Amino acid sequence: MSKVKSLSDLRKMRDELQAKVSLREKSDHPEKMVQVKVSMATCGIASGAKEVMNHLIEEMDHRAIDAVVTQTGCMGYCHAEPTIEVTLPGSAPVVFGHVDNKKADEIIEKYVIRGELVDGIIPVNYETVKENKKE
Amino acid sequence: MKDLSMHIMDIVQNSVRAQAANITLTITVEASWLILKVCDDGTGMDEATLTRVSDPFYTSRSTRKVGMGLPLIKQTAEQTGGSLQLESAIGKGTKVTARLGRRHIDRPPMGNIAATAAMMITGNEGVNLVFEVKQDDAVFSISTREVKDVLGDVDIRLASVTSFLKDMIRENLEELNIEFD
Repeated sequence: MSKVKSLSDLRKMRDELQAKVSLREKSDHPEKMVQVKVSMATCGIASGAKEVMNHLIEEMDHRAIDAVVTQTGCMGYCHAEPTIEVTLPGSAPVVFGHVDNKKADEIIEKYVIRGELVDGIIPVNYETVKENKKE
Repeated sequence: MKDLSMHIMDIVQNSVRAQAANITLTITVEASWLILKVCDDGTGMDEATLTRVSDPFYTSRSTRKVGMGLPLIKQTAEQTGGSLQLESAIGKGTKVTARLGRRHIDRPPMGNIAATAAMMITGNEGVNLVFEVKQDDAVFSISTREVKDVLGDVDIRLASVTSFLKDMIRENLEELNIEFD
């Protein structure tokens, strides 16, 4: 019978991850991680956001992409759920709507890896308080 | 909602939105019942709000006029012969308990609970989520704090960490013979 994974195995994995982190910290660009936020309110969950988030995590891990995938509340685009916000290092966040597993693959392959925009972007219609104050 | 893990994610997200720092999700598997319990130390609700949260056309949110999370799980629990119980106090937190008929033909399947738990443990910044499953004498438990203690300065939100936890939770539940059917 194969051994069941435990937190001790995670401790071993930590050393590998730590090596990657210190490499990143030593580089000229400390913000090297791709950040993905998945809208996880009732509307998103009912439309399949949980499956999409699970798929994104599996694919990012499988392709060894340095990425953090987190949840967020309703972004207000209930008509376009599941929605995800992707922030590439040094770029402004981009929100994609109607994301299923196939679209998630396309976003990873074209936008995250190659930096090419893909269909399904929801135009930005909000500004932060900081941005408003600048004007 | 096609499976119970979707309801669970939704109820836990309510706690996150209520600014909870600690959330405990307990799933108890009994011979005839499946009991889902979410306890948080968030903002809590007063008596008046508590009586209205099961109304799908009531929400504390200002961006839209519906709040479907609790009404949906209440409907699911009641259609399996079970019930939804809510306890809350302002400044203390909220406890949501859904009791579902485990063998009832209308009970939705559990869905991928290992992936759901892993995503909840790593995906909510500033929240310590405790995930517990109990069946007879078998108990499995894991928390954000335990994982963070092991990881040290490594970011818990990394996809590789969530992926590892998903496999770990699944394997441990299988090892304990905990089955949700």
